[in-house]
Amino acid sequence: MGTRNYRRKTSHSEHGPGDGGRTGSWRVERPVLDQSLCIPCKRNKEACFICWLFCPEIVISRTIPPRVDLEYCKGCGICAEECPTRAITMVDEAKFSEEDKE
Amino acid sequence: MQVKTTILSLPTEEFVHPGTRACTGCGLAIAYRVGLKALGKDTMLVVPPSCLTVLQGLFPVASTALSGAAERGDNFIYFCYDNEGYMNTGAQRSGTTPIGAITANTPFKGKLQQKKDVPAIMAAHKLSYVAACSAAYPLDLFDKIKNCMHLPGTKYFHIHIPCPPGWGYDPRYGIKIGRLAVETGYYDLYEIVNGEFKLTAASEKLVEKRKLVPVQEYFRTQSRFRLLTDAQIADIQQKIDEKWAGYYNKDE
Amino acid sequence: MHIIENGNAAAALGVKLCRASVIAAYPITPQTPLTEKLSEYVERGDMKAEYIPVESEHSALAVCIAASSAGARVFTATSANGLLYMHEQVQWASGARLPIVMCVVNRAVGAPWNIWNDQQDSISQRDTGWIQIYCADHQQIIDTVIKAYWIAEKVSIPIMVCYDGYILSHTFMPFDLPEQEKVDAFLPPFKPEYALSPEEPANLNTVTLPDVRLDVRGELAHSYMEIRYLLQEDLRSTLAVAADAEKRFAKIFGRSGDPYIESYRCDDADHVAVGLGSLTYQLRVSVDALRKEGIKVGVMGIRFYRPFPDEAIANALKGKKTVIVFEKALSYGYEGALTSDLKSALYEHLAGTVTLPSVQNFIVGIGGREIRTDDLTQMFRAATKGRVSREPTWIGLKL
Ligand code: SF4
Ligand code: SF4
Ligand code: SF4
Repeated sequence: MGTRNYRRKTSHSEHGPGDGGRTGSWRVERPVLDQSLCIPCKRNKEACFICWLFCPEIVISRTIPPRVDLEYCKGCGICAEECPTRAITMVDEAKFSEEDKE
Repeated sequence: MQVKTTILSLPTEEFVHPGTRACTGCGLAIAYRVGLKALGKDTMLVVPPSCLTVLQGLFPVASTALSGAAERGDNFIYFCYDNEGYMNTGAQRSGTTPIGAITANTPFKGKLQQKKDVPAIMAAHKLSYVAACSAAYPLDLFDKIKNCMHLPGTKYFHIHIPCPPGWGYDPRYGIKIGRLAVETGYYDLYEIVNGEFKLTAASEKLVEKRKLVPVQEYFRTQSRFRLLTDAQIADIQQKIDEKWAGYYNKDE
Repeated sequence: MHIIENGNAAAALGVKLCRASVIAAYPITPQTPLTEKLSEYVERGDMKAEYIPVESEHSALAVCIAASSAGARVFTATSANGLLYMHEQVQWASGARLPIVMCVVNRAVGAPWNIWNDQQDSISQRDTGWIQIYCADHQQIIDTVIKAYWIAEKVSIPIMVCYDGYILSHTFMPFDLPEQEKVDAFLPPFKPEYALSPEEPANLNTVTLPDVRLDVRGELAHSYMEIRYLLQEDLRSTLAVAADAEKRFAKIFGRSGDPYIESYRCDDADHVAVGLGSLTYQLRVSVDALRKEGIKVGVMGIRFYRPFPDEAIANALKGKKTVIVFEKALSYGYEGALTSDLKSALYEHLAGTVTLPSVQNFIVGIGGREIRTDDLTQMFRAATKGRVSREPTWIGLKL
């Protein structure tokens, strides 16, 4: 099957995640959160969210606890670096088992 | 002056999706995302060839067109994402590459010329609004966009974007490096509203503190500056100090 | 209503009648009076359009691309080096499938500087994926602008309407000014195939990879190669669309002709001159003179140059002894581009069936060098007696 009946004759992209593909596969290190150190988790109310602000991939949620969408997280480590309490650490992807990676 | 936005008051609606084509740790998406939060839904972007399929890519590619539009007073906001090189083609020197930086086509001596002061060029068009921002200070960027939206004609934003492959650093330090550029007084955050110049955010605070981090600290973080000699650094430091002496003077 | 105006005014009137809503242009001789006219219409309120006085030709077309993407009917015009400066955006406009109409007021390109007429400017843009139509008089200019919008919007491909600088742009001729109601009947408001809108956010003309891939909806989307193929395919089928345009135009305006070529005394001719633009009307004088001498000659003007109406041309030239191509441009290092195109059409459609006509190429009027009808007649006569030269022969050269 080719693209003969595609709805346009130009290149365009509509909004939706993954314009650059499943970028999570670029990752060599994975951010892991220690909730006992995370400010909003500890206070159980909205606070801090510095990781949410600076994540360049927009894959950290503004929730308690903050969650990372590993499908697209590129593992840059900015969240770990910017977290004021060092609640996030970058862990080698090799440490995670295969099904874990899915 | 409106109330300053905080992380908690920043709108939560997102207009940028994950899975961009930008490099790991690129500062572009931070600025892009926060910029769109400020601009809101009814926004049309026109983008020259660049990284991320979206941004940057401007000098000299679009500068005459920009100047023409500014002169005509066309009503739009121009965002210049300054990653200080032609990064989507593999990090060659551009007009905004700073002096001393090694790039793909200044490999052994580093760039010999000064960085072009683009916001000053744009300010010379007597625009209603010119701002210098940084991806490391997204809330400052957000507030500035909100500030200028009601102003007439062309508005110009210059945004300093740390670029891991182009600048030579581990992606995780991108925000730190952007911040260091400001804390050393090397790159200043400011706005020019109808001709009135004013430092903003961390740069404004530096005037109160009267203490800059030595610029050496900034250069040390990036391999593109590894050829800078002590004499060059001292020279740059002196120029920064002179610039800031001017800011301190105005403050007195 | 018949009026007497210059060729640039004819084009401007055509654009006004078509209700273009965004005009962006940068002044360059001999296009200038055309865009001045349009800015007059806009400032006086005769035309409901935005006129954007950009700072370069590159920006002129960039503005048209943006406005067309947002659903506006747009217009620009240029000449010579202005067109060359636009070149990057010229390619973009066709790849982005935007129905832009642009007048190219033909002029020589530098170096050295020369502001006079030849056709090197538009011929050098032959391979950009635009439709190119050449006009031979003022009536054709205004009619072609109107048809061009209809065709461009039908096939989503931009069109260059080319006419000779000075010879047409600055001379005054009588022509029929179509009535607004008829133009409105001919040309419905522009309904863009895909216009940008905040309701349906999209990135247009995003980077493609070498191979096809799934889009965000999970549908298999074209890559670069498919998009370029479709442009070619649609350009080829534009020939049929042009024929429709001609029929539709004839019905409403009562004027019609062959959509692709314009023949003069060709039917029983043994030798046919071929050319683009006003030159072919000048050649009619030579034809009449040679006919008086008993030489059976005719002249064929090519109106549609891209897409190339190869079949129509080959059929019209079937059985002729000689084809003599007069050109105001050439593909440097070989011969006139039209000559090569003609040879290929003749070979493709006539090889093996009949004797192929011999083809002679003359280069004339480069950089505005005066084209004397006597010279044309003399060379035309010589070419009917046997090939003058295998290489293109420059007429009027003083070397
Ligand atoms: S930056 Fe650190 S402390 Fe703050 S919300 Fe994120 S993980 Fe928690
Ligand atoms: S900041 Fe980087 S490492 Fe952290 S979640 Fe975002 S993409 Fe992943
Ligand atoms: S090259 Fe630099 S600016 Fe471009 S996407 Fe990569 S990190 Fe960002």
